[in-house]
Amino acid sequence: MSATTAKKIDLEKHGALIALGALFVLASVIGWPYFIRPENLVNVMRQSSYTGIIALGMTFVIISGGIDLSVGAVAAFVASCGVLFMNWVLQAAGGNEVLAILGGVSVMIALGFAAGALNGLLITKGKIVPFIVTLGTMSIFRYLSLQMANAGEFASQSQLYGTFGMSKIFEFKVGDQAISLPIPVFTLLVLAAVLAFLLDNTRYGRYLCAVGSNARVAQYSAVRIDRVRFWAYAINGMCVGTTAALLAARFNTVSTPNFGLGFEMDAIAATIIGGTAMAGGRGSIWGTIIGVFMLQIIQNMLNMAGLSPYLQGVVKGIVIIGSVYIQKQRQ
Amino acid sequence: MPDAILRVEKISKDFGSGPVLKDVDLEVRPGEILGIIGENGAGKSTLMKILAGIHQPTSGKVHVDGKAVRIADPIAARALKISLVPQEFNLIRDLPVYNNVFLGAELRKRSGVLDKEAMKARTRELLAQLSVDLDPEARIEGLSAAEKQMVEICKALAFDSRVLIMDEPTTMLTKYEIEILFRLVTKLRSEGMTILYISHKLKEVKHLCDRVVVLRDGELVHDGPTSDIGIVEMAQKMVGRELGSIFPAKGKPGDETVFEARGVTVPGVLEDISFQLRKGEILGLAGLVGAGRTELAETVLGLRHKSAGTFLKDGRELDLREPADAVAAGISYLSEDRQGAGIITTFTVTRNVTLVSLGEYCRSFFRLIDKKTEKTKVQGYVDSFHIKTDTLERRLENLSGGNQQKVSLAKAIDTSPSVLIVDEPTRGVDVSAKHEIYVFINELARKGISCLLISSELEEIIGMCDRVLVMRDGRIAGTLEGDRITEEQIMYHATGVQEEAAS
Repeated sequence: MSATTAKKIDLEKHGALIALGALFVLASVIGWPYFIRPENLVNVMRQSSYTGIIALGMTFVIISGGIDLSVGAVAAFVASCGVLFMNWVLQAAGGNEVLAILGGVSVMIALGFAAGALNGLLITKGKIVPFIVTLGTMSIFRYLSLQMANAGEFASQSQLYGTFGMSKIFEFKVGDQAISLPIPVFTLLVLAAVLAFLLDNTRYGRYLCAVGSNARVAQYSAVRIDRVRFWAYAINGMCVGTTAALLAARFNTVSTPNFGLGFEMDAIAATIIGGTAMAGGRGSIWGTIIGVFMLQIIQNMLNMAGLSPYLQGVVKGIVIIGSVYIQKQRQ
Repeated sequence: MPDAILRVEKISKDFGSGPVLKDVDLEVRPGEILGIIGENGAGKSTLMKILAGIHQPTSGKVHVDGKAVRIADPIAARALKISLVPQEFNLIRDLPVYNNVFLGAELRKRSGVLDKEAMKARTRELLAQLSVDLDPEARIEGLSAAEKQMVEICKALAFDSRVLIMDEPTTMLTKYEIEILFRLVTKLRSEGMTILYISHKLKEVKHLCDRVVVLRDGELVHDGPTSDIGIVEMAQKMVGRELGSIFPAKGKPGDETVFEARGVTVPGVLEDISFQLRKGEILGLAGLVGAGRTELAETVLGLRHKSAGTFLKDGRELDLREPADAVAAGISYLSEDRQGAGIITTFTVTRNVTLVSLGEYCRSFFRLIDKKTEKTKVQGYVDSFHIKTDTLERRLENLSGGNQQKVSLAKAIDTSPSVLIVDEPTRGVDVSAKHEIYVFINELARKGISCLLISSELEEIIGMCDRVLVMRDGRIAGTLEGDRITEEQIMYHATGVQEEAAS
């Protein structure tokens, strides 16, 4: 009996990983030989990392039993403010680019935290459901950014910031090709490791699952449920700020109508594909990482197959529903 | 003897983790009250759910009126005139009584529109027939447990049921309400209804039922008239061994006051509550449902805000604003609502036990959970409480009610409290688990932990407590000690009948 349960658990744990592997093989065949070229794979990872970092925070929010629809809009707002601040520092500090970048990035992460904290406060103290609160802040932050830029864009005046957005670390050789890890991918993996560890090995992680499973039991068990939920949104906000900083550097400009558009959907989709329960209570950071990569590989593969971007969206929708359906059947 | 209305033939059921029912044969005769007893996990509820179409048997047959039938779903059961009143009520909170009564079989006008007037009228008729004073348009939300149960019974009558299955109907009721229910059940029998009555409470079965069957580990081990079997014998058949007295001998509480309430008032809920809890004492808190007992516990936890009065621990005033404050003050609470406020059913045994005390396991500089210590400690509880689980990683939804309750108790005491408030600690728990829980609370008291025992079961209050506070309408109506702790005294204070007689 114990042998069969062990097998079952293994399948449950690694089901998503197996799916990712299968998808990888399929993509290799369809996109032969371009897909498995290292530079393509690195590119896929880079593209995954922007929404991926947000999806990590989203995983915490969803485990807590909530949702955050405002992430894309907050990213645009935070990036706009950050670039403006960076340009101001650049002027004031007489062209000290390092100082300007440090200041800008700090402002983006701090503002991300503040926006998440605002969501968290409205949800816990204001006792308004997360869907409504973040639907509201989504609108507020998107239109604030559009107002600020008059629906245009904010260009960074720092060359170095753009270079930072494209730079890579950890160079290593595959055959005669030099491969290196882009900074966003590195950030994604480090953050994932930190958050996964937090979820599994600290009181906060345990309480987060408890609050998402049954908030009343958690409350009676002396868990400060408001504080636990507040921090889920605040952590998510910091993730959003991080993505904003990396994505603004990528283009070295922030186009307010497009920046972060639809990120909330991609982040939620990746989280759900990764096996986190929409109803809250349980979830996995590494599952979310797998979900993020799966979505990006599908897009990359369909691109290579020459499918129109519109049909790609249709396929993405089918994958989201299909993966949740399979998870339901397994239970 | 009339022919069987319902016959179960060699029914077996296996959910995949071993058989729950093994070749059960059972005949139910029309117009009888058949008691079905057994420990938790004996298969009572599973058997009833098969009859109600919720589960399908793995093998075996069900006959109704001598014909083999397949009860594929609750709709099929309804067509066969079999109704189940479940332990956890199946009512929609936001809908009025009449809508719940006709849920899934609404009366409609010829045009297809709901015929609300006809449904209300019919509901009113049925309620009158049950002699229940209830407005058909009242919303379920505002009803008491007893009233909800009446709505469930009403539902059964609305479909002209001939067989009524009642699963633990008295768990949520006070003694007074139980008497009303018994009169009603007897009345239904005289009108030709057949009743299957599932219960843990052997006294009730002895008192009410014509015949009793005992299930143990999925097998039928006894079938005979209630008049031929005593309560002790029933209990022995359920457990399969001799039983000592269910209550352990009372200990000797100390003199010093550990916890005290002075004039605690919560507007509309509690009024001027004062009492003292001594070291190692088991202080009973009796009263009818709604008398304010659980509310008092919630006030101690800081979940309700008092407008006047204070709580003191070891002579020092406490500022209790949230449950964490109570835990910090050494006060622990076992909730009456096991699944709603006590345990997280999707959490494992380990995670449930340490939920309140988790801070104790975070030792290193980074405050990481020391999982090894956690596991050792929880394994200790599993061993000493005889919690039946194959692994500590089992989710609680897969454990029986009695074992869940033991986990809940382990969770409450893992904070090493000096004051333990246990609210209905044996609700929905079988005889042997009950006995273990009593022994355990008794041992805690002997070790010097002060217990406040909230219970609706008078036997439990009388068998366990050193002193008893009786609450009525949010006030303490009386304090009983020693020989004065009797069923009559408690009921007098709980209902206020004595005072009225005196005035």
